[in-house]
Amino acid sequence: MTEPVLSVHNISKTFGAVKACDDVSLDLRPGEIHAVIGPNGAGKSTLIKQICGGLKPDAGRVEFLGRDVTSLRTSARAQAGLARTFQVSELAMEDTVLQNVTLGALAAGGKGPGLFRAALKNTGLRDRAMSALMRVGLEDHAAIRASELSHGQRRLLEVAVALTLNPKAFVMDEPMAGMGAEGSKRMTGFLDQLRAQAPILLVEHDMDAVFALADRLSVLVYGRVIATGTVEDIRANEEVRTAYLGEGA
Amino acid sequence: MTVILFIEQVLNGLQFGIMLFLMAAGLTLVFGVMGLINLAHGALYMVGAFAAAAVAGMTGSFLLALIAALAAAAAAGALVELLVIRRLYIRDHLDQVLATFALILIFSEGTRWMFGSFPLYLDIPDYLSGPVTLPGGIKYPLYRLVITLIGLCIAGGLFLLISRTRLGIRIRAGESDREMIAALGVNISKLYTIVFALGAALAGLAGALVGAIQSVQVGMGEPVMILAFVVIVIGGIGSIKGALIGALMVGLTNTLGGIAMPAFLRLFMDNSAASATGSALASMLIYVLMAVVLIWRPQGLFGAAT
Amino acid sequence: MNRENLINTILLLALATVPLWAMANDAPYTITLATKVAIFALAGVGLNIALGLGGLVSLGHAAFFGIGGYAMGILASHAQNFEPIMQWPLLIEGSKSMPVIWITGVIASGLAALIIGALSLRTSGVYFIMITLAFGQMLFFFAISWPAYGGEDGLSIYIRNGFPGLNTLLPIHFFGICYTLLALALLFSAKLAKSPFGLALNAARQTPARVEAVGLSPYRLRLTAFVISGMITGLAGALFADLNRFVSPSMFSWQTSGEIMVFLILGGVGRLYGPVAGAAAFIMLEHFLGGLSDYWHIYLGVLLLLVVLFARGGIIGFLAGRQVAHD
Repeated sequence: MTEPVLSVHNISKTFGAVKACDDVSLDLRPGEIHAVIGPNGAGKSTLIKQICGGLKPDAGRVEFLGRDVTSLRTSARAQAGLARTFQVSELAMEDTVLQNVTLGALAAGGKGPGLFRAALKNTGLRDRAMSALMRVGLEDHAAIRASELSHGQRRLLEVAVALTLNPKAFVMDEPMAGMGAEGSKRMTGFLDQLRAQAPILLVEHDMDAVFALADRLSVLVYGRVIATGTVEDIRANEEVRTAYLGEGA
Repeated sequence: MTVILFIEQVLNGLQFGIMLFLMAAGLTLVFGVMGLINLAHGALYMVGAFAAAAVAGMTGSFLLALIAALAAAAAAGALVELLVIRRLYIRDHLDQVLATFALILIFSEGTRWMFGSFPLYLDIPDYLSGPVTLPGGIKYPLYRLVITLIGLCIAGGLFLLISRTRLGIRIRAGESDREMIAALGVNISKLYTIVFALGAALAGLAGALVGAIQSVQVGMGEPVMILAFVVIVIGGIGSIKGALIGALMVGLTNTLGGIAMPAFLRLFMDNSAASATGSALASMLIYVLMAVVLIWRPQGLFGAAT
Repeated sequence: MNRENLINTILLLALATVPLWAMANDAPYTITLATKVAIFALAGVGLNIALGLGGLVSLGHAAFFGIGGYAMGILASHAQNFEPIMQWPLLIEGSKSMPVIWITGVIASGLAALIIGALSLRTSGVYFIMITLAFGQMLFFFAISWPAYGGEDGLSIYIRNGFPGLNTLLPIHFFGICYTLLALALLFSAKLAKSPFGLALNAARQTPARVEAVGLSPYRLRLTAFVISGMITGLAGALFADLNRFVSPSMFSWQTSGEIMVFLILGGVGRLYGPVAGAAAFIMLEHFLGGLSDYWHIYLGVLLLLVVLFARGGIIGFLAGRQVAHD
């Protein structure tokens, strides 16, 4: 079996009396989409923050590309190739679409941002940014402000920024959120191809998308992973049906 | 001798700290409830001092002067809130800074225009002047002792107001959830005006009380306000308790540093150089205190972690 | 050339033309006013890098303005009294040379900005404003109570410092120096805004979480911007001290910080040439309103209030319209 790209070992996080994350373990293997599902308040956002940085687990560790990254900063994990997208778009709304994507390309360029060369005249950066835009189909919108994009286009732009990072793994926080049927379908098709480039840890509410895409599924309830397995396994799992899918036992 | 000096300085530090608290309480309430940074808070301190000096000059009554300070500062605060400040709640901090900076210019120059550039003097009334003998034979000015006690009473009253009264409940609710209390039918803009006027009145009172020890002049409020900012940074924004503890820390550091620093330096250098360097370094001590708190707890001693 | 660029060019040309006209008509005071505009604009260009680009509302830039000023005061006073600043472990002499003074001032204010920024940037929002204001005040009180360099009274210099090849005693020559430095600073900040660093800093203002998620540190970006910003404002301080041949603690005062910020808002926040327009407007208001009334600050206050409440774009925004997305 191949080594997992990203693995979470027994992490726990408590806020006051609430166990937001309780001994969670899961991993992400090359070429797969691993979906994490769970009802609201199950601890999905807390889990993402611990994986991508910004929140340190009380116990347990996070490994990325065989390296313990538990106490690394968000920016260091991103530099290592952990690319994330946000549930609520985190974009520079006053800047153009191209500028937003260039931001990702900048950091992936290796060296820190140089002070003097005009960012958008640097052909290396520009090509990299444009090719990311082309992959999500936003190349015609490069010159407009992010604030002028539709909601669905912003979701795509989120993904395009992640693409510029030389990603070794993606962590996507509800990429389908608020997309509508047509948009979701398009995003689903896109993510389906994307897994060949790097595996995706997909936190998603849209069950159609999850069942269409996921190689494996983990179900998170009250901060605990109650089951991990293939789509068929999960569908057949009694505990999941009771706890999450809400079907009577 | 030095013990007496030390106790005197501790009392001075407490008195200064309590006055800073009166300033900081208003600032921190206004920030906590309305999310507003108000640079013109020092101007309200000045308004209180000038009102007190003017009324004391006309009537000769110190008590009336204090009432006038409270009333004038509260009225000025309410007026400014209605005309300008309420347009700023939804704006970013930059706009708030600039608009309240503009208010400082207007208040300061307006006061200069009305009262001239020369300082006014507010006299301590006879019944409060002169020293009292404290246990242990320490002589200390009665007036300073009285204003420290007044300040402590107000601090106590403010804690009761916030924790026990209906207004206090609304203020606390306003800090945590604006929509919620609006939904409960509380008139939020009235609440904001009241909170702002309350903060202004406290600043005005502090201005009048301190004005009797120092001179009453244009620009007297801003240095005190900046120290109140230091107090808030140390105590944590929105916390009345933090403001009290921060104010006492700053007050004591300020007065004790002034004697401790030169004394400390005398161990290494000659007397006059030690006094000069010591007082220069002592003037920086409270900011060093602030820097230490920042390194240790960026959100302040009693601030909520973000 | 878009409309804003056109206005910027006119602004810069006008600032050069006025003193030339004044020289022809023998009006040296007007040259001094124009020099003041150039220096204040330079201080504003410095602040604009932190505030306009980085979104860092610093109310403590007087600290850097003052440090630049005192660099001039200290170096030049030692030179005019023929007293070395330091004899041991190595000999450091005073200086009457502008370039030496500038470099010293810029390095000193950069170091101060590094320390103040490293502490203040641990916080954000309203804390940041209060802390920068407090550090500015700290230096103010330090300057007042430090007797070696004049304390409250400040330091005077008999003769303006020199610049190789120019006669700085001629107002127009000194104006030329200030104007050139302003132009260079404008060029630099235009380049900076378009550089990868500027792009990242600008994004850190709008969406710090995104900037972190692509592997950059918003803290470092902001600290770098704050240091650059402090250095430019420090240079302006050194020039201002040379213009007056005098430094005093008032350069450190919170009013100075407030006024530098006022230049930005009058000119237009986030506009590259905003500080130039704002400083020019400020000096003209001071000159004309100050002639009408001793209490001209009231009018300035009212005007500022109106601009903040109703005309956020300032002068450049009024003339050039909405900001265009630059590419």
